[in-house]
Amino acid sequence: MSFYGLVDGSEKSLLKFLDQLSGVDQVGAESRAAMLATRSIKTTSKKWAIDTAISMVDLTTLEGADTPGKVRALCSKAVRPDPTDPTVPSVGAICVYNDMVEIARTHLDAIGGKHVPVAAVSTAFPSGRASMEVKIQDTQDAINAGAAEIDMVIDRGAFLSGKYGLVFDEIVKIREICGEKVHLKVIFETGELVTYDNVRKASYLAMLAGADFIKTSTGKVAPAATPPVVLVMLEAVRDFYTLTQRKIGVKPAGGIRTTKDAIKQLVLVNETAGPDWLTPQLFRIGASALLNDLLMQRMKMSDGYYASPNYVSID
Amino acid sequence: MATKKQLRVDVKKTYKIFINGAFARSESGRVFEVSAKNGDFIANPALASRKDLRDAVSAARAAHSGWSKATAYNRGQILYRIAEMLEGRAEQFESEIALTSQITALKAKAQVTDAIDRWVWYAGWSDKLQAVSGATNPVSGPFFNFSISEPQGVIAIASDVSFIDFIDAIAAAVVSGNTTVVLVPGSLAVPAMTFAEVLATSDLPAGVINILSGSLDELAPWAASHMDIDGFDISGINKKKQGELKVAGAENLKRIHAFSNGQSPSRILAFMESKTVWHSVGV
Amino acid sequence: MATTLALTTYRLIRNGRKMTFEYAPAPESRAIVSIKPKYGHFINGSFVAGKKHFPTINPATEEVLSLISLGGVSDVDKAVAAAQKAYTKSWSKLSGKERGKYLYRIARILQERAREFAVLETLDNGKPIRETRDIDIPLVAAHFFYHAGWADKLDYAGLGHSPKPYGVAGQIIPWNFPLLMLAWKVAPALATGNTVVLKPAETTSLTALLFAEVCQQAELPDGVVNIVTGDGSTGAAIVNHPGIHKIAFTGSTEVGKKIARAIASTDKKATLELGGKGANIVFDDAPVDEAVEGIVNGIFFNQGHVCCAGSRLILQESIAEEVIEKLKVRMSKIRVGDPLDKNTDLGAINSKEQLVKIKELSAVGDAEGAQRWSPQCNLPDTGFWFAPTIFTGVTQANRIAQEEIFGPVLSVLTFRTPQEAIDKANNTPFGLSAGIWSEKGSRIFWASQHLKAGVIWANTFNKFDPASPFGGYKESGWGREGGKHGLAAYLKNGKESGAK
Repeated sequence: MSFYGLVDGSEKSLLKFLDQLSGVDQVGAESRAAMLATRSIKTTSKKWAIDTAISMVDLTTLEGADTPGKVRALCSKAVRPDPTDPTVPSVGAICVYNDMVEIARTHLDAIGGKHVPVAAVSTAFPSGRASMEVKIQDTQDAINAGAAEIDMVIDRGAFLSGKYGLVFDEIVKIREICGEKVHLKVIFETGELVTYDNVRKASYLAMLAGADFIKTSTGKVAPAATPPVVLVMLEAVRDFYTLTQRKIGVKPAGGIRTTKDAIKQLVLVNETAGPDWLTPQLFRIGASALLNDLLMQRMKMSDGYYASPNYVSID
Repeated sequence: MATKKQLRVDVKKTYKIFINGAFARSESGRVFEVSAKNGDFIANPALASRKDLRDAVSAARAAHSGWSKATAYNRGQILYRIAEMLEGRAEQFESEIALTSQITALKAKAQVTDAIDRWVWYAGWSDKLQAVSGATNPVSGPFFNFSISEPQGVIAIASDVSFIDFIDAIAAAVVSGNTTVVLVPGSLAVPAMTFAEVLATSDLPAGVINILSGSLDELAPWAASHMDIDGFDISGINKKKQGELKVAGAENLKRIHAFSNGQSPSRILAFMESKTVWHSVGV
Repeated sequence: MATTLALTTYRLIRNGRKMTFEYAPAPESRAIVSIKPKYGHFINGSFVAGKKHFPTINPATEEVLSLISLGGVSDVDKAVAAAQKAYTKSWSKLSGKERGKYLYRIARILQERAREFAVLETLDNGKPIRETRDIDIPLVAAHFFYHAGWADKLDYAGLGHSPKPYGVAGQIIPWNFPLLMLAWKVAPALATGNTVVLKPAETTSLTALLFAEVCQQAELPDGVVNIVTGDGSTGAAIVNHPGIHKIAFTGSTEVGKKIARAIASTDKKATLELGGKGANIVFDDAPVDEAVEGIVNGIFFNQGHVCCAGSRLILQESIAEEVIEKLKVRMSKIRVGDPLDKNTDLGAINSKEQLVKIKELSAVGDAEGAQRWSPQCNLPDTGFWFAPTIFTGVTQANRIAQEEIFGPVLSVLTFRTPQEAIDKANNTPFGLSAGIWSEKGSRIFWASQHLKAGVIWANTFNKFDPASPFGGYKESGWGREGGKHGLAAYLKNGKESGAK
């Protein structure tokens, strides 16, 4: 791997690169995110934003209690979120544990959802606390079962104790297993990294190691995808593009429950990385409850009156 | 009281204790009787137990982080809002105080307006304390050196029977960011619980002010020895009994104070700590 | 195989679609405001008719909003007499405690009517509703709230025991933050026991006149606050009036000097908040993205109509290229347009006169050889507009590095060493504000010790708070407003700047 010619794969070279990154001022980053949250998105732009957000949702179920029945129901919802309205776009992807991938893929194909990819979480999600062998097997199992996307977690313990080389090497290894065809998202668990400086470091580390997407959280830890964290990640992909001409995607996950939240994320993308990133290829939203709120808001926009949860399906 | 003309039966109030923003009965199930000057029955306020005190301290501790980190402006706003609610209920306080204590209706009215103005006075200190008690210090060396005052934490208050001192003690403690557990004895329980209703209808976060009606003799020693209470305002404690409370408080070096003259910024500063920071200055 | 198919399909459907996210118009409604066709003055608790009038317009559309009275010497006379009477008969007889409660009432009513004031300010001044709603008006209420609490605590202000007010204060305020400047003047004056005669700026009198209604709603005793509208001659009448011993002025350095000369042989005291050419210093260890935000905020906030604007960017040469590139990208996201649209970032220039000045000085910049750059902007056809602009390659010897433009125009200079940055920053007759961007604490404190500026922002810019004193060194004025320091100007036996 060439690592874009920016590092040579050694920890020394990586540390040198990370060291010259500018720091992030917490107050400044948070106030920029807060200002962007005041954008008022109405009428036509709101309609567009809702549909775009729907197409970006990685509809997720990651529970110990997941069963084939639950996963199939989720898949139906993913393909046709509103059974009464065929103009509603399908979601961006389905996201499940690796032992549910085959069930998801099979069912999606059976109901006209061939265009909806299955993403699997891996590398001992959510904690990342397991041997490398287990993490590799976890990833391989998912790919064998039909996952088109892998959402891996980084080793936060290694990151927080300064073993950046170890974190880097793990991503490189998983990248190799994914090959060219499988799309790799790298999860930071920003709630555990805590500082924006760490989020920036992790962003560059993951991009250099070969991530296709950088992702905020597992959804199991709060705080998750707060606007300033997403802002810092969008700045990183924007600057990485200037450096390498390669566009890396961003996926906030966790805590995005309402249409308002989702639209705020789209505004962040629009005014930070730029409109080129406003596509499911480069921006996804990891969520479950969000979809119904988007649908209710969509109904209100077309019907002209406020909607009720009775009119959207539970999955 | 019903007369021949008055056919309507009043809905009488139940007086509970106020912990973590909610009204509860004492876990002990006990109450005590408060009667009017002429002996008529008024209410059965809860007789709080040491376990209620323990729960109140937990609530106060949990509320401390948020309250002390709120901006001074925000605290001032909330305290002023409490004054708005107090003013709205002035008549209710006047009648309760006149009914339960040994003073005239006119004196009760004066006490209440005084108490409201006193509360407003304290509210206005929130964003001025640093200007008055803080400093930048001209140390000899290339250092930027500043002192700021911070709230101590959880402050227990053993209130006097007078409503105005009850108000004074609470306002002085919370304006800087402390949270409190207030012990109110005897007939003070009646206006004190109405005060709790004022708190519940203002924007005060739960747990910032907790009010327990009961016996000071029973509860004060438990507060004095409690290792998670940082300060204790013992103005309402009989002078003869203050010494033993101070002995108990020495276990965690509680900051224990009694005040006889109410309105003063020193009452606020008594429950603050000063922190001094040095920062090197150089290119 | 299934994987490849899904992936191909996925790519087919999602590949290459160019997205744009246009924000539909999101106008704040004007319905909340009701503007009278004509206004008089507010004297002794009531509105009194004026004699001569002039129009006040919405600078975004040039629509006439109303007619404002041109106050003459006799109007000022009446106002001062009312203020004197109010001082002697009612205001000085009240305890600080009671004065404070009037100010609390005013603060609360301002909060209640916040939206109305925000819309009116935007219409009259041209600044975006987002700024009036989120910054100006909340600060206005905060100023009254803060000062309300000082009214009965003056013994603790470090000015000795029982400091005394002057009596009647004459206050003249500018057009860039109309209601906020009113709050900065009226709140401390009243809290310290003075009464006031205030003249708002010619182009922005409407929120001051609406404030008079708030005084009525708060039942403020008649004559405590008086508002006389007009132009420079009205202001001069206030400055020269024998019944006014304390003057507070915010405006241009040129007029400030006139006032200083006018009162030289009198015993009148004055505080002056004048112009600036603030230096925003960005070191190579700055948090770059936040520094870019700070640069943008420093000069484009309020259309650059800010005395403490960071109008000179003093940039470490080693990072200059990177920062300028990022700045340009960031500037192209600035939304210029209808101030009442909630998504507008940069509103209208306040007046035709001001627009002419900005254009003139920008032409000077071109002539001096600096390189001008602005993002592409669709400026409306009516109204007064200027695109956000930077000049790079500026040096200290250029006029655009020395003179205050008071518009959305940034002059960019570079430096090599920290001392050079300080020297350039201080090399100006002004001394109002400065910014320091660095992640090194010791460097920040070192720079703040060396900078000759009354307000220094480190890793932020244009932050205001009633508790934080504001004012300038050198030709940026005399005295401070806000905080404990700001009380001194309104009390005798207190520290006075520029006094004999």
